[in-house]
Amino acid sequence: MDATFKPQDTRQVEDAVKWAAAEEQPLEIVGHGSKRKLGRPVQAAHVLDLSDLTGVESYEPAELVLTVKAGTAIAEVEKLVGDNGQELSFEPMDYGPLLGEEPGRGTLGGVLAANLSGPRRIKAGAARDHVLGMEAVSGRGEIFNSGGKVVKNVTGYDLPRALCGSFGTLAVATTVTLKVNPKPETSATFLLAGLKEADAIDALCRAMGSSAEVSGAAHLPGGIDGEVGKTVLRLEGFETSVDYRFKSLEKLLAEFGAPARLAEAESGKLWRNIRDVVPFAGAHTPVWRVSVAPASGPMLVERLKAAFDMRAFFDWSGGLVWLSCDDGEIHEVEIRAALEETGGGHATLVRADPSVRSTVPVFQPQPGSLAALSRRLKEQFDAKGILNAGRMVAGV
Amino acid sequence: MTAIAMPAPDRDVLARRREILSALQAIVPGEGVIHDEREMRAYETDALTAYRQLPLIVVLPETVDQVSRVLRYCYDNDVKVVPRGAGTSLSGGALPLEDGVLLSMMKFNQVLDIDYPNRAVVVQPGVTNLGITRAVEGEGFYYAPDPSSQIACSIGGNIAENSGGVHCLKYGLTTNNVLGLEMVLITGEVIRLGGKHLDSEGYDFLALMTGSEGLLGVVTEVTVRILQKPETARALLIGFPASEDGGRCVAEIIAAGIIPGGMEMMDRLAIHAAEDFVHAGYPLDVEALLIVELDGPEEEVDYLIGRVEEIARANEASHVRISASEEERMTFWAGRKAAFPAVGRISPDYLCMDGTIPRRELPKVLAGMRDLGEKHGLRVANVFHAGDGNLHPLILYDANKPGELEAAEAFGADILRLCVEVGGVLTGEHGVGIEKRDLMTEMFSEDDLKQQQRVKCAFDDKHLLNPGKVFPLLHRCAELGKMHVHKGQLPFPDIPRF
Repeated sequence: MDATFKPQDTRQVEDAVKWAAAEEQPLEIVGHGSKRKLGRPVQAAHVLDLSDLTGVESYEPAELVLTVKAGTAIAEVEKLVGDNGQELSFEPMDYGPLLGEEPGRGTLGGVLAANLSGPRRIKAGAARDHVLGMEAVSGRGEIFNSGGKVVKNVTGYDLPRALCGSFGTLAVATTVTLKVNPKPETSATFLLAGLKEADAIDALCRAMGSSAEVSGAAHLPGGIDGEVGKTVLRLEGFETSVDYRFKSLEKLLAEFGAPARLAEAESGKLWRNIRDVVPFAGAHTPVWRVSVAPASGPMLVERLKAAFDMRAFFDWSGGLVWLSCDDGEIHEVEIRAALEETGGGHATLVRADPSVRSTVPVFQPQPGSLAALSRRLKEQFDAKGILNAGRMVAGV
Repeated sequence: MTAIAMPAPDRDVLARRREILSALQAIVPGEGVIHDEREMRAYETDALTAYRQLPLIVVLPETVDQVSRVLRYCYDNDVKVVPRGAGTSLSGGALPLEDGVLLSMMKFNQVLDIDYPNRAVVVQPGVTNLGITRAVEGEGFYYAPDPSSQIACSIGGNIAENSGGVHCLKYGLTTNNVLGLEMVLITGEVIRLGGKHLDSEGYDFLALMTGSEGLLGVVTEVTVRILQKPETARALLIGFPASEDGGRCVAEIIAAGIIPGGMEMMDRLAIHAAEDFVHAGYPLDVEALLIVELDGPEEEVDYLIGRVEEIARANEASHVRISASEEERMTFWAGRKAAFPAVGRISPDYLCMDGTIPRRELPKVLAGMRDLGEKHGLRVANVFHAGDGNLHPLILYDANKPGELEAAEAFGADILRLCVEVGGVLTGEHGVGIEKRDLMTEMFSEDDLKQQQRVKCAFDDKHLLNPGKVFPLLHRCAELGKMHVHKGQLPFPDIPRF
């Protein structure tokens, strides 16, 4: 008998998880289901649907703190803080376009479970950097609170942060407290055209190492977004400051040519497209998300280009490589080997058929001791292995 | 020793001291093992000096392999280990145990790699916080978290405590600035987390390690993010006739979309103590003094100084001064930075507390502290990271007067209870250690603490690393593992199913 539980409050989440633990019945944890195509397919007959756990518990803009139920739509959260002149500065990406799903869906809980961020990651941090507190239900069916509702807190282990990126395999988040930030008054993009990859990343790294407070640093080689390559730097803040820093970048990067300036509207569209990997949307080729040391990005891509037919573009100053295998093959071995040779990092298969995602290690495999520690943590929080069984690693 | 009890020492371990000593000497040769009582005195306390305890033996390893072998030996032989950096903890995190090996990491003092293109620095854990900045400032870079002990505290200790500082509202805590770690588990296994790339997938052990107060593993290498220094910094010194006005001014600065590099507040007693000590030119006829520092590109800073001044004047500020030179900015800070020693001049001893509150509760908490002061018969001076609501009440007492330390501790506990009551937390940056250990139940339920302990059990199933710190009661891991669910208790009719 397959069941869908749709709890209305934390107690009901607890009941459902307790039942599942007692009966050893795995549960798939979903919000809107917008990220079901990410990670390994879950092996569970029953669904725990959190999309009714919605609503703002407290929001005080002057405290920079927001507490909401985990099933609240991320779009709603962003609208609420936006209406108050604030934002989630980690700029959570929307996987909808890349995965062939409707855009704009997803819950706050889902954003944290996948630890999503966007181009501003390099300046402001990822989702996990903005989580202050959490109420959750462990895989043992115990409701617990961790962290707090203030921006500075070191009381106990930092569980709320650690649960980010765990894809719902340790605990089910029910209420989340986030740090929010003021929304910048304006933004602009500094654009250099036609740079070769190595020069482009050099320019990005130099800008990141300056005091220009760059909040986005990407390179879209020719053929990704138009014929000519685009090397782009985003500046945000008070208008006078943006103008001033634009000029300072002009001086700093003079040897790379004269920049164009994209004003707020055009700039916003460009960075949304980069954030949501729109250049690779609407296709079915396998897509990898690779995190490397920024300066190593071009070397990695150069090696892989020599090995197979692929396209790539760079965010995070070169440290985030979005890579499409245009020959339709997965190339797991080549990609992970090249990554190892260029200084290491993480390669994640983000777009592939379910049959592929259940056989190829979607997430970067961990060395023995680390994998064992991960298994022990899973065992501590979810002894019966009922939460999103198999989502990250087979058998965990 | 006062109220806080440590776990009863293991008589068996004490009896085996000689055997343990020779085993450790076989791993770490020469002067790397200290067992002479006089020499061990240097390690008997940290910056929470009311508590002292000689360790069983002190070990100062020099290589990761030695750390690994020492820990493995202790694991196999059920010997407790207390890791220690520079020993500047304000919460007793590095207090030794009578039956425990004290593992000092201060020989790990090398900067290993400076990587400007990737804005990353790799260091050994004994390098001081300021040492990282010193290594990169020639190129205009710095390491952002700046705890006030930065000249002495080690980066390994910063990881253990998730240290903050006056700039963390804008630049984040340690946890937001660490990219990678190498660490050794109590079993001797060496694990690497993160690196120069961002956001490793898998469980975020980096988040768990940062702020774990030495209970989960021993850090042997740290990779941090460095930043280019802001082009300029200027500060405003603002006095208010009432602390409520100061609190409202802070809220309005943030509501205006301004995140200052630093925003510090002091109350009357702290202002007077600081002014008497360093003559910074603080106004003495105010109830609250605010220092607001703006940093960044020059044009931005000039613009924001003007905005903050307007907000201050609109909130009844009676004094506003704006730094016109770097010298003047430093003078504004001099009093705040000397606040602790300044208070030390007006009282033989003081206890520094560290709760965080939602800022809107400041007037209530200040009033509550005044009442508590009367109840306990002690004075309190307040310095306060105003931007993030982190309070540092300094309780003045005299340890030579019988009962005053106990009264000060009881006062401190009451203050922290008050912080929790208004929606805050026990510690914003100093850590729980032993000092706030027994207050954890004020903030967390038994189930909350159980999950914390489950983290511990995944890392250290025998509870050998820094036991007696952070958590009031320790269930054995096996006991904690039991599931209290009743099979077949179904069907939970309240849950809508589809």
